[in-house]
Amino acid sequence: MAAIHTQAPRDGRVHVSMIVNGSVRALTVEPRMTLLDALREELALTGPKKSCDRGECGACTVHIEGRRVLSCMTLAAMHDGQQITTIEGLERDGQLHPLQEAFIEHDGFQCGFCTSGQIMSAVAMIEEAKAGWPSAATTDVTKPFTLADLSDAEIRERMSGNLCRCACYPNIVDAVAEAMRRS
Amino acid sequence: MHPFTISSATDPATAIAAHAGDPHLAFIAGGTDLLGLIKDRAALPERLLDINALPNMARIEALRDGGLRIGALARMSDVAAHAEVRRRFPVIAESLLFAASGQLRNMASMGGNIMQRTRCAYFRDEDGLPCNKRRPGSGCSALYGINRNHAIFGWSDECVATNPSDVAVAFAALDANVIVSGRGGQRSIPFTEFHRLPGDTPERDNVLERGDLIMAIEVPARIEGRASYYLKIRDRQSYEFALVSTAAAVATDGARIRSARLAMGGVAHKPWRLRAAEAALQGLRLGDIDALRAAIATSFTDARPLAPNAFKVELAQRVALRALQTAGART
Repeated sequence: MAAIHTQAPRDGRVHVSMIVNGSVRALTVEPRMTLLDALREELALTGPKKSCDRGECGACTVHIEGRRVLSCMTLAAMHDGQQITTIEGLERDGQLHPLQEAFIEHDGFQCGFCTSGQIMSAVAMIEEAKAGWPSAATTDVTKPFTLADLSDAEIRERMSGNLCRCACYPNIVDAVAEAMRRS
Repeated sequence: MHPFTISSATDPATAIAAHAGDPHLAFIAGGTDLLGLIKDRAALPERLLDINALPNMARIEALRDGGLRIGALARMSDVAAHAEVRRRFPVIAESLLFAASGQLRNMASMGGNIMQRTRCAYFRDEDGLPCNKRRPGSGCSALYGINRNHAIFGWSDECVATNPSDVAVAFAALDANVIVSGRGGQRSIPFTEFHRLPGDTPERDNVLERGDLIMAIEVPARIEGRASYYLKIRDRQSYEFALVSTAAAVATDGARIRSARLAMGGVAHKPWRLRAAEAALQGLRLGDIDALRAAIATSFTDARPLAPNAFKVELAQRVALRALQTAGART
């Protein structure tokens, strides 16, 4: 019968191999190292920001297997073999992602500290809406949700996990709405 | 962060045996509450056992009889998006969507959701202020402290905290069951008996014992399921815990209430069923506001607000009324 397989080498650290922005990255980390710290400190990917470190602000948002998550509230050791995407992995062949373009066009930032989290969150949020996921702003959750229902109120609700202390929210909503129209 | 080792489990029996035999071991699934507790030093496990690889536990099953079986490892976002959950029990989908943020809902498991610990600031505080939940016997700072968000029902001098889960309120209203595997085999715990009132042992949030693993939450078919609604009132429009919330589900005969289910969040150490009100509502017309209001008031005769949260007594009754009417409009 399958037992608990302890991944810990003698010093308590664990081996983890992740596909980060398309490349396999093998690491040996302390079990308590968050995914955020592993990305920033071990892989020098400083796009995801460490702000509240409690899952409250959204600045550390990355994608795991295409889903938006908070990298400060999960452990690197729990993601062996998984696909991780950070803001550094959004561009293709030197071309910015449409959401990055839209943020520039609509001035969706001031200091920029929350921006990578905002963009990573928005990219995955549009996919959630395309998949028909409702939100707390959806009038009737019993009905199918379509991309045409993605109003500004829907965008605001779905992006509420990303705080912007410069309060660029109106421009962020405009940028997301524009990227959605283009997608 | 406090150091610990980590390993992963691939079958429930091994996980249960490991947890039963080791008081310093904690299960981790989504980790969104546990890691916050560890960072705040409100939990100091020496060993984490990652249960995400346990087989078949992320399933969401629409049962033939009209009920649901939601695996403990299903993520909040998947449950909220599931077409049959939305159709059969909109209150479950809504309570999930009104909780946390899109990122957290993608991470947080259903089993972990109902295990969430209170958001009382004294419990989460790192500076060692008295808290009986965190350090039994040290006192309750909230009793005469900052307690605007705290309980109005069922509290004790030892603890006035509230349970933070939204979907737990929906599960309580629907009389769901928590399916638990433990040392003695599998058992089903009625949802309203899963969480505890604080009494003299506020450190215990629920009735689980060491070695218990939540396998699933089962929601029986309910005639009131389709006409159900979750109303949450909070200080911010989004991404905030409830001041007061209500899960309401109604079945009607024409314009009259045949059966009503009401549970509230933000008012007690556990989801709070309004059983007296449910009985008093039977047979009333959904449009008779005065009668509905009087029926709801029968569940508030034993409300005991703390001075700063006395507003919750009136607010809760209005929220219950509006939730009931909105659910009723879905019949």
